[in-house]
Amino acid sequence: MNSKEMYREHILDLYKNPHNLGTISGATHQNEESNPLCGDCIRVQLIINENRIVNVKFKAEGCAISIASASLLTDKIKGLLIEEVKGFSREDLLKLLGIPVSQARLNCALLPLIAINKALKF
Amino acid sequence: MHMNNIINLKAIKKDFPLLANSKIVYLDNAATTQKPKAVINAIKRFYERENANIHRGLYDLSVKATEKYEEARRIVAEFINAGKNEIIFTRSATESINLLANSLPKLFNGKDEIVLSEMEHHSNLVPWQETAKRFGLKLKFIRVNKNYELSLIDAKRKITNKTAIVSVAHVSNAFGTINDIRNIIKLARKKNAIVVIDAAQSAPHMRIDVNKLDCDFLTFSGHKIYGPTGIGILYGKAELLNKMPPFQFGGDMIKSVTLEKTIFDDPPGKFEAGTQNIAGSIGLGEAIKYINKIGMKNIEKYEKSLLKYAFKKLNNVRGITLYAPLDGVGIISFNLEGIPPHDLASLLNDNGISVRAGHHCCMPMMSNLGIAGTARVSLSFYNTKEDIDSLIEGLNAARKIFK
Repeated sequence: MNSKEMYREHILDLYKNPHNLGTISGATHQNEESNPLCGDCIRVQLIINENRIVNVKFKAEGCAISIASASLLTDKIKGLLIEEVKGFSREDLLKLLGIPVSQARLNCALLPLIAINKALKF
Repeated sequence: MHMNNIINLKAIKKDFPLLANSKIVYLDNAATTQKPKAVINAIKRFYERENANIHRGLYDLSVKATEKYEEARRIVAEFINAGKNEIIFTRSATESINLLANSLPKLFNGKDEIVLSEMEHHSNLVPWQETAKRFGLKLKFIRVNKNYELSLIDAKRKITNKTAIVSVAHVSNAFGTINDIRNIIKLARKKNAIVVIDAAQSAPHMRIDVNKLDCDFLTFSGHKIYGPTGIGILYGKAELLNKMPPFQFGGDMIKSVTLEKTIFDDPPGKFEAGTQNIAGSIGLGEAIKYINKIGMKNIEKYEKSLLKYAFKKLNNVRGITLYAPLDGVGIISFNLEGIPPHDLASLLNDNGISVRAGHHCCMPMMSNLGIAGTARVSLSFYNTKEDIDSLIEGLNAARKIFK
């Protein structure tokens, strides 16, 4: 596939201005995850109150795909119950991204999902 | 000097089937190199007409296979000006270093420090970390200066009477720096330290003479020097190889075996347990014959010219940052403003251009520089000015997409 197809307007916008960037003091859950093959890394922090995700933020260094993915994913899970996030699959994430993701870049897209799943101890 | 005069460019690319049969602009030679027909044919011919196990058979096929295997060893020895029995075939440069990390501690004589550098590839770092853990040794690292070179001043500080081993890269796989290993080896000699040189990124690009260098060990991998994967080289001085315990045990590395006791073979056999990658060694011998025919001096001259051209073109790309020494081999790390290296590599791939992106297996060096990673271009003598022009076009196209 043509990689160009991954870099649609909304992805580039989110890479340049990601939502939910930052840190949370007093986070109840957090996790750092990295992809040793490429150097992408992300730290997610969440505040969970009565099983609901009240707040989520991330800090990341990495490619446009991983950062856009983190932005979309953190937007999606804000306000959800933990159980609702548990069922969130890689296919759901790819649908959320709304772009074709090449085999080589799948790990970039999935990194935030792995980070969040581990933070929530799934 | 006209680049075209040094090497016959049109003929060269035709020798490499993968390049001749596709439009790929292959610029990731530091990761692995493409193979000339001669190498592929030698391996094919071995399996089709010459295949047998070596060193023991009494029939023609086995005797011939043994001759070919030992001839490959001789070719490698001559290539770096070593004695034939000072060349050990391994699986890879990484395995060569693991062999040393495993077998050298016996020779440490109470010295308890290992000196590496901040720019080492993980293969010349992680094995020593394990050795240090196992034997309670201390690791020290020669610093890299702003020109991406090993600091000789710091080397002098770090190499002391406690230093058992100094192990450093001849050429940096991330930046192409050619380190001043002659002087580092001199410093090590003064303190009676064993010196290991990782020549994985230098052997393909320049003449190596282990005699002149006076290093104790030198490693490089076959697949980076136009040979097949699964074969690597360890050079070691005979007197040291004689003293070292084996790394792997089994058949072929023995003189005699009883249930109670085994007498090991002499080097190099002592370090070649089990059936070796016979076809691989023959392929490697053929690869060295191929580049010897072109001439290492010619390869070096040509690649230097091409690198100059590449720098000139790259420096004109808006928003580019180059991480490169002034005078290295054809390895260029860079970043393009606003486009992370991975995304850049993906977009270049759309244009048929193969580059590497990431931390290049030297995470400590990258973090030292404060960068998460770079895109990396690495040249070979089969790359051309046109390849560089395509790269520049690709970079400009990527910039437009990321706007």
